[in-house]
Amino acid sequence: MAIRVASVAAIGAIALAACGSSGSGGSSSGSKSGSTASSGSAGLIPTNEVRTSDTKGGTLKFGTVDDFDSLDGARMYYAVSWNFARYYLRTPLTFKTAPGDASTQLTGDLATAPATGEDNNTVWTYHLKKGIKYEDGTPITSADIKYAVERVFATDVISGGPTYFLCILTKCDATGASPYKGPYVDKKGLSSIETPDAQTITFKLVKPFADFNYLMQLPGAAPVPAAKDTRDKYAQHPVASGPYKIQSYSPGKSLTLVRNTEWDPSTDSVRKALPDKITVVEGLDSQDEDNRVLSGALDIELEQTGVQVPTQSQVLRSSDLKANSFNSVTGFLRYVSIQTKVKPFDNVNCRIAVQYAIDKTALQTARGGPITGGKIASTLFPPTLQGYKAADAYPDGPGDHGDLTKAKEYLTKCGQPNGFSTVMASSNKGKGPKDAIAVQQALARVGIKVKIDLRNQSTYYSNDIGTPSNVKAKDYGLADAGWGPDWPAPYGFVESIVDGRAIKSSGNSNYSELNDPKVNKAIDDSLAADGPAAAIAAASQIDPDVMADANIVPFVYDNALNIFSKRLTNVYITKAQGMIDFVNLGVGG
Amino acid sequence: MVRFIIRRLLGSLGVLIAASIVAFGIFFLIPSNPAVLYSGRTSSPATIQATKVRLGLNDPAYEQYYHYMKGIVVGRDFSSGPGDVNHCPVPCLGYSFKSNEPVTSILWSRLPVTFSIIIGAAVLWLVSGVAIGVLSALKRGSVIDRGAMIVALAGVSLPVFFTALILLKLVSYDWKILPNVHYVNFADDPLNWARNLILPWIALAFLFSALYARLTRATTLETLGEDYIRTARAKGLPERTVIGKHTLRAVLTPIVTIFGLDLAQGFTGAILTEKAFGFVGLGQTAVSAVDQSDLPVVIGVVLLSTFIVVIANLIVDLLYGVIDPRVRLA
Repeated sequence: MAIRVASVAAIGAIALAACGSSGSGGSSSGSKSGSTASSGSAGLIPTNEVRTSDTKGGTLKFGTVDDFDSLDGARMYYAVSWNFARYYLRTPLTFKTAPGDASTQLTGDLATAPATGEDNNTVWTYHLKKGIKYEDGTPITSADIKYAVERVFATDVISGGPTYFLCILTKCDATGASPYKGPYVDKKGLSSIETPDAQTITFKLVKPFADFNYLMQLPGAAPVPAAKDTRDKYAQHPVASGPYKIQSYSPGKSLTLVRNTEWDPSTDSVRKALPDKITVVEGLDSQDEDNRVLSGALDIELEQTGVQVPTQSQVLRSSDLKANSFNSVTGFLRYVSIQTKVKPFDNVNCRIAVQYAIDKTALQTARGGPITGGKIASTLFPPTLQGYKAADAYPDGPGDHGDLTKAKEYLTKCGQPNGFSTVMASSNKGKGPKDAIAVQQALARVGIKVKIDLRNQSTYYSNDIGTPSNVKAKDYGLADAGWGPDWPAPYGFVESIVDGRAIKSSGNSNYSELNDPKVNKAIDDSLAADGPAAAIAAASQIDPDVMADANIVPFVYDNALNIFSKRLTNVYITKAQGMIDFVNLGVGG
Repeated sequence: MVRFIIRRLLGSLGVLIAASIVAFGIFFLIPSNPAVLYSGRTSSPATIQATKVRLGLNDPAYEQYYHYMKGIVVGRDFSSGPGDVNHCPVPCLGYSFKSNEPVTSILWSRLPVTFSIIIGAAVLWLVSGVAIGVLSALKRGSVIDRGAMIVALAGVSLPVFFTALILLKLVSYDWKILPNVHYVNFADDPLNWARNLILPWIALAFLFSALYARLTRATTLETLGEDYIRTARAKGLPERTVIGKHTLRAVLTPIVTIFGLDLAQGFTGAILTEKAFGFVGLGQTAVSAVDQSDLPVVIGVVLLSTFIVVIANLIVDLLYGVIDPRVRLA
C-alpha cells in the first residue's frame, strides 16, 4: 500500500509508503517498444554498486524538501523512512545489504534467521541473538518486540503506519477494527504473542499468512522498551538499537544521528556503520537541494523521488554527473483505475474499450519521458515484483498510442458505439493534472468525453477516491492512481488494491471496488501456501485475472533519476525499497 | 500619551482575538479532515473516529476554540489514554498534530531564523533605499537617477526566489565565495551567522530597497516643491539643513509607515526567501502546517504574526509622534 505525496513545494515529491522493488538503469525486463530509448540515453548511468569501501569516519549529509512522516517505527509509512530507520532501529529480520536480487532477501537482524511457518502458516517462532542492547545499555528481549507489536494496535495514538498485525493476530470485525486496543488501555497484552523466554518469541495467527517474515522487517517490529515509551511523543526520540542514535531532532528542520556506542558489530551482519555522524537538513527548496548535491555540500537526497527537470538535463549531458547518479525503478505502478460501480463501467466491455483507447506513450511523455517517467506498463505486477510475468492483455498498437479499432469494437459491444461522458479524478499537484489531460485527449479520439476533476493532493487518496460513497456521488468513472508494494512479494502489493474484501467505506485503496471471487481466492491460496515459492506461484495468477477484469489500466512502471555526491561510497539500489540503500553509505572518512 | 498607548493595546487585543477566530473559522470551513490524514491512509473508520477524539476534533468548533483560548491563559492538560497526562504550561498553544511538539517550542525555534533574515534585510533596504531615493531626487534626470531607477525597476519586478537562486548559483556554487549556505544560531557563532545570512539579506533587501528608493524619490521630489522648502532656502539656510532637516523629515513619514508594516509582514511573508535558502523559519512552518492541516501550528503562527504586526503598528504610531509634531498635538 503505497502512494506518492507531493511535498510542500509543489514540485518536490516524497514517496509515501512502501517498499518498492526496483531495477537498475535500463536493465529491467518487460519494457515495451516505446521505452527502449531510455537505455540508450542513460547508458553511462551505473547499474551496479558504486565505490565499494570500508573506510570509516566523516559526516554523511542528507537533504530533503520535506520531513520524515515520523521517526517512530510504528508510525512511518514513507519508503524513505523505512530505508533510513535501519540506521537506528534493528528489527527481527531485515533485507540483505547488497545490490540486485539479494536486496529483496530476508536475513536475521535481531533474530538468528527467518522462520518457517508452521500449522498452515499460522505459527511463527523467532530466536533472538544474545547480547544486543539499546542505546542506554539495557538488553533487548523478546518482550520488547511483543510490546512494539502491541503498540501498533493502539491505532488512535500510534497512527500512520501499516496495520497488518491487527487482523492476523486478532479477529477483526467487518470494518477492520481489532478487539484489542493496545497496551495503553489493555495491560494484559496480546495472548497471541508468546515469549517463553527472553530470547524466543512466537506469533500465533488467527489465519494463515505466508508473508509473515516480511512483517518482521517492518520498522514497527523494532523493539520498544515499555519504560521509555512516551506514546505519541516517542517519535521525538525513539530508543536506538542500531549503530546510530538520535542526538537531536527538530521536525521540519534538522536531524542529527551519532554513533550508538552500545551497538555491537559482532551481532550485526548487515550494517557497516561507516560515518561517525549523519545529518539531515530539512525544508530545502527542491532545485537548491539538487544544486547542493551537485556542489558536494550535500551527499544525497532523502526523498529519492528524482531530480528536478533542469538538473535532469544537466546530469544527462555530463558523463561525470551520470557516473554519480542512479536511474532506478521505484517499484510503483502508475495506473488509471476504472470504477466498476460507476456506469457505464459496470460493463466490462466499456472498461476494455478504455484499455485500448488510452495512449500510454502520451502518458509516459506527460510524466517526463522514459527516464523520469518510467517504462510503459502492461501488467498489474511491476516487473521487479516476485511473480511478475511479462504479458500484454490489451496490445495498444504501434508506438503504444492505443488501438482505436479495437476500442470502437468494444464500445459497440458495451452498447455505446458513439462513446459516452465520464468524470476523471486526479490530484492537483505534481504529475496528476498532466496524467488526466493525457487520458482526456486519448479517450476523446473514440468519443469518450472526460471531464477532469482535480482534487487536493493531501486528501486525494483518503477522502476523494478512497471513499466509495464519494466516488459514486461525484460519478468518478476514472481515477489517476499509483501503488507500490510494502514488500517485494505479491501480497504486499495486491492486498489493498484488488482484494474485494478489502473495500472500505473510507480510506479505501481498492479504488475500482473490484470484487472478483477468482482474485480473492488466489490471494487466500497464496497466504495459505506451503513455502514462499508456492505462495508466489499461487499469487502470480492474480495479475492475468485482474487484467481480464480490465479495471486497472497500467501505464508506466515509475522511474526516478537520483544523484549523489562524488565522495559517497557503497552506493547501490535496494530492490526492496526501489531506491539507494542508505544504511551502508560511507563518505570515505 | 499613556492613555493613547493603553487605548492602542486594548484595540490590539481585540485584533488578536478577531484573528484567532478567523483562523479557527477558516480551518473548519475548508474541506479538510486532519483525523483521516493522521490515521494513515488505510485506517478503519473506528481508528479515524478514535483519532478525532484524541485530537479533540469531535467537539463543536466553539468548544475547541474555548479550550484553546483557555490554554493560553491558564494552561491545559493533554492525555493520550489512561495513565498519561501531559501538562502544557501557560501560554499553551497546544501540540502539533503531526510531530507532537509543543507549538510554543516550535515557534521559539523558528522565530530567530525569520528574525535574523528580516532585521538584517530591513536595515539594508531602509538605508540603501532611502539613500538611493534621495540621491536620485536631488540629481533628477541625471545618469545616476536613471541608472538607479532602472535597477529599482528590476528589483521590483524580479521575484525573490529568482534573485535567490541566481545569487546562490553564482556566489555560492560557481564562485564559491559563500559556499553551503545554511542557518547558524547567532549565539553559537555570530560571524558564521552573518556570513550565512548575507545572501538572504541581499535577496530580500533587493526587492524592498527598490520599492523604497522609488517611494523616497517621489516623496522627496514632491517635498522639494513645497512652499516651506522655498522659504527655508530663501531665508538662507544651508542646503544641507534644507535637505537633512526639512526635507528628510517629511519624506520619512510615509517611509516609516510602510516600513513598520513591511517589517511585520516579513515575519510570515519571507516564506520565499526562507524556502529558497533552505532556512526553516515561521513562513515555511506556516505553509507546511497548512498543507498538513496541522491546526495548532497554523493558529500559533497566525497569533504570533498578528501579535508582531500589532506591535509594529503601535511602534509606528509612536514614531509618528517623534517625526511629526502635528500627530502629538492631535
